[in-house]
This record gives sequence, structure tokens and C-alpha cells, in this order.
Amino acid sequence: MSLLEVENLVVEFQTASGPFRAVDGVSLRVNAGEVLAIVGESGSGKSVSMLAAMGLLPWTAKVTADKLQFDGRNLLGMSASERRKIVGKDMAMIFQEPIASLNPCFTVGFQIEEVLKVHEKLGKAARRARAIELFSAVGIPNPEDRLGHFPHQMSGGQCQRVMIAIALACNPKLLIADEPTTALDVTIQKQILDLLMRLQAERGMGLIIITHNMGVVAETADRVIVQYKGRKIEEADVLSLFESPKSAYTRALLSALPDNATGDRLPTIADLLSDEQIFEGAVR
Amino acid sequence: MTHVLETRNLVRDYHIAGGIFRKGRTIHAVKGISLAVDQGKTLAIVGESGCGKSTLARMITMIDAPTAGDMLIDGQKVDIAKEGLTPEMRRKVQIVFQNPYGTLNPRKKIGDILMEPLVINTSMKRDERQDRAMAMLKKVGLDEKHFGRYPHMFSGGQRQRVAIARALMLSPRLLVLDEPVSALDLSVQAQVLNLLADLQDEFQLTYVFISHDLSVVRYIADDVMVMYYGEAVEYGTREEVFSDPKHAYTKTLFSATPRADVESIKARLARKNAA
Ligand SMILES: Nc1ncnc2c1ncn2[C@@H]1O[C@H](COP(=O)(O)OP(=O)(O)OP(=O)(O)O)[C@@H](O)[C@H]1O
Ligand SMILES: Nc1ncnc2c1ncn2[C@@H]1O[C@H](COP(=O)(O)OP(=O)(O)OP(=O)(O)O)[C@@H](O)[C@H]1O
Ligand SMILES: [Mg+2]
Ligand SMILES: [Mg+2]
Repeated sequence: MSLLEVENLVVEFQTASGPFRAVDGVSLRVNAGEVLAIVGESGSGKSVSMLAAMGLLPWTAKVTADKLQFDGRNLLGMSASERRKIVGKDMAMIFQEPIASLNPCFTVGFQIEEVLKVHEKLGKAARRARAIELFSAVGIPNPEDRLGHFPHQMSGGQCQRVMIAIALACNPKLLIADEPTTALDVTIQKQILDLLMRLQAERGMGLIIITHNMGVVAETADRVIVQYKGRKIEEADVLSLFESPKSAYTRALLSALPDNATGDRLPTIADLLSDEQIFEGAVR
Repeated sequence: MTHVLETRNLVRDYHIAGGIFRKGRTIHAVKGISLAVDQGKTLAIVGESGCGKSTLARMITMIDAPTAGDMLIDGQKVDIAKEGLTPEMRRKVQIVFQNPYGTLNPRKKIGDILMEPLVINTSMKRDERQDRAMAMLKKVGLDEKHFGRYPHMFSGGQRQRVAIARALMLSPRLLVLDEPVSALDLSVQAQVLNLLADLQDEFQLTYVFISHDLSVVRYIADDVMVMYYGEAVEYGTREEVFSDPKHAYTKTLFSATPRADVESIKARLARKNAA
């Protein structure tokens, strides 16, 4: 049994110009101890599909699926309060915009201890000790001091690491990391990825990494899903994807690295492919 | 020729107030940075998270006053603490913030967000403002249909492009970009970098480009500064810095860059299976 099983997920938003289908029939599964990477261009529905799985989309979103199951439990039929017990504890997410997802009115220490209080029932001293432990694990310098800081007193990358620490606070079974290292320089990115991979290996945590960084995919993933305009274009184990990408889109994605610039222009997907060419041979 | 931007020994300290049990503390975020950028050129600043890049950017764009040191724009000394800021100065220098969501008003539609700088700073007619905003929206790879939508209806990368479009609305002379493409996928990243290059050619724009992605820096920069704990540990032309990095941190940066080749993947999978 997979940790997370999603079948035929569809998400539609009501907009002024009519309904807009952000996710169009995506299926995926992640096992315990497995790392799945989701890649694809901006606006292709990566964040929305994962927010749908977490039940965190606004009411303007209509979510349907043939199956949405976590750890053997059906998320679709579940009451909101039941779902809240799972989300943030067994199923945690590192959000794409870390600074925006921290509350500016509370210190970061308060925010991480609050999560521990709600889900872990730890005493005050134990919560503080655990918070310090988590902050040092994600490489925040002077963790004791930093607990008393407000988000605006920290740099972009420091806020991102606070978010990572909060997501890891309750030892989740599944962690969804949405562009977890974009605000970080490569040295700290490496530290964070090493940490995630270690937790994943030691505790058998399932990990979904959403990223546009093919280097990150290469260094972490077991399996990769390539998404375009709300649809899954390709799914493959990591080695096959890099060695022999099946779809033209994946090949284009791999060639759009700045290292491959020809002359003074960078290639964009639109330079290389049309929509028809991209959807040709798409998997379901 | 005068530089578009020059700083001399720019310093910024933050004071953290103490509590009942804690002493107050001072963080030396930027410790004396001197730099100069000429018209039509790009200075890239790289450095570890928390080393003071955004703090420097906020001083250059006259949002925060430096604790010490001088700053000159077009050879003219600016001191916002003493003299405030002329509207002309404000137009000249624009910034794209590291965190676009936090800087887009959630209750305003994208079209209004783009037109706002024109409303405040020019006497342009509504029709013309709208045309300009629409054209800019397309330039950054978004659509007419996005004009009437609110920020929360956009993906992370789309919001980043809105922020870039807004900064460009007033045709600034100097544009400071704080990690402008790190949230973008490679294709859109290429689109934005191409756009920035086009605009630079067209209007002789000057950029200060903060990034931690070395492949992007190598592509876009004329000069490169590497910051480490508030100091510039390396500053030179792109060729100098890339071909002969001097500081230990710069060398670490080069070696920590993730590798996307098949051999590295095979090696990693072999290690994993052995464990
Ligand atoms: N609340 C909403 N109302 C209307 N459309 C929305 C809403 N939220 C997201 N969308 C649209 O859904 C699409 C998918 O968005 P999503 O955030 O999943 O993209 P993404 O793949 O994560 O992209 P990025 O890499 O830029 O973060 C986008 O076109 C976006 O504009
Ligand atoms: N308002 C503030 N009050 C107190 N300290 C601050 C404040 N803003 C920033 N700092 C501290 O100053 C240092 C430099 O922060 P800055 O945001 O300039 O870093 P950065 O180089 O932009 O990092 P990143 O790459 O993570 O965005 C950090 O240690 C940060 O915690
Ligand atoms: Mg996203
Ligand atoms: Mg910053």
C-alpha cells in the first residue's frame, strides 16, 4: 500500500472568465521511504495539486478525484476536523513562499512551539528544547537567540529554514516540499537536502519535492513526474528520465539550463515546442 | 564618466531589543561595502543566506538608511535620513523584492497593481496606462486574461513576473533584483533573463542582480561580488571571479552546486542501495 495515492485528480477554479482547470486528471502515488520529484513549468499545477491533497485550497476551488488516500485512509470522505489532525502532523508541507506563510505578528519560536503544542502535547521546556534542536538541524545560526525573532528580522533563506523546521516538527510520515531550497544558496541547499534525505532514509518518511531545479532532482529523487498545463506528461525513475527522456517536453526542459545558452539567448520551451508536440504521447 | 551607482563603505547594523531575561544585541548585517556600477552593466551579488544581500539592496534602493557610509546615484550623494527622497530619485531606482507575495497588495487586481506607479508618478491618461500595463504583462509572459485577477490566483512564478513587470513600469535607470528568478522554472527563467537583457540593450538599464544561482550569474553578470558575513570577500569581473576564485567560500559555492549528469545519479543510487 502506498502512503499517498491520488487518482484522476481534477481541480477547477471559478474565475471571472469562467471555470479554469488548473489540474486535469493527475494520478500519483508515493511509498514510505520514497522520494518523488514533480517538475514542470510555472503555472502547471504543481502547487495546486499538492494543496488539494492537503485540503488547503480556497473555497473557489472545486476538487474531485477517483481516489485520494493517505496512509490507508480516505481523505475525500473525511470531516474537516479529522483532516486537521492529519495535516500538519503526519502529512506536512513546506510552502513555496516561506515568508508569506509565517505569521508576521509572532516570533518564529512561538510559531514552531505552537505546532508542537497542538500536535505533540509536549511540556513547555520540552517544546523549547525540541524547537532549538530543529532550528540547529536546518542550519539556523544561534538557534536560542533566533527563537525570539520575528520573521521580518530574518533573511529570506532563514525564513525558509524556519518553515522547514516547522514542517519537520512532528516527524511527518509524508513531507511535501514545494520548492524548498529556492531562497537558499547552494551550500545551505546542500545541507537541507542532505537533512531531508537522511530523515527520509532513517525514518522511512515519504517525500515529494516540487522543484524546477534539475540538479536537485538528480541529487534526490527516486522517481520523477513531469507536468505541463495541469497534466502529467511523463513519469519515470530518475535515471531513465535523465538518460533517455521519452517526451519532447522533458528533453526541452533538460536543455533549458542556462549552461546550455547558445550565443546570448537562452532557449525557452516555447522556442522549441508547440502545445500539440508536448501533449503527444502524454501519460495518464 | 560618473557611475550610475556607487557606494563607499556602506554599513548597516540592526539592533535587537532585549527582553526581561535577554540582553539587547546588535547584528552587523553589512560591514562596509564599496562598489560601483556603470550604465548598461550588471553587477551580480552572490553569497550565503543571511550574509546581508537584501540589507544591501534595501539601502541601494533607498528604503533603509545606512548606519554609515556614502551612496551616490548618478554622481549625486543621497542621504534619505537627512534630506528625504525626491520623486525623481524614487523613479530612477526600482526594486524587485525577494518575496513577491508579501509586496503585492492582496486586495488589488494585477492590472491596478501595474498601473499604480503610473498613477502616482505620472499624469498619464487611463487608456494609456492600461495599454502600458497590458503590454508589460505580455512582456513578462503573462496574458490579458490575468489583468483582472488577484495576486492569490497566481502561481509562485507568475507572481514573481508580476513583481518584475511592476518594477519596470516607470522605466527606471537602476533596477535592483533580489533573487528575481530563483522561484521560476527554467523556461520562464530564460524568458525573464532574455527580457532583462533586451531591456538593458534597449534602454541602457543598469542592474544589481542578487542571486545564489551561479549558472544564472555567469550568464547575466559583467561584474561579480561575493559576500560573506556582511563583507565583500571577492569583487571583480565575471571572468576573474569564475576562472580564479580566491576565497574559500567561493570555492565551496562552486563545489556544492548540484550536478545533473547521469554519472552523478548512478553514483548516488549506488550509494543508496549500498546503505
Ligand atoms: N485561487 C486561484 N484562482 C484561480 N486560478 C488559480 C488560483 N490558484 C492558482 N491558480 C492558477 O492555477 C494554475 C496552477 O497554479 P500552481 O500554483 O499549481 O502552479 P505551479 O505549477 O506551482 O507553478 P510555479 O512553479 O510558478 O509555482 C496557475 O495558472 C494559476 O494561475
Ligand atoms: N529587520 C531586521 N532586524 C534584525 N535583524 C535583521 C533584520 N533584517 C535582517 N536582519 C539580519 O541581518 C542579516 C542579513 O540579512 P539579509 O536579509 O540581508 O540576508 P540575505 O543575504 O539577503 O540572506 P538570504 O539569501 O537568506 O535572503 C541576517 O542575519 C538577518 O537575520
Ligand atoms: Mg508553485
Ligand atoms: Mg535576502
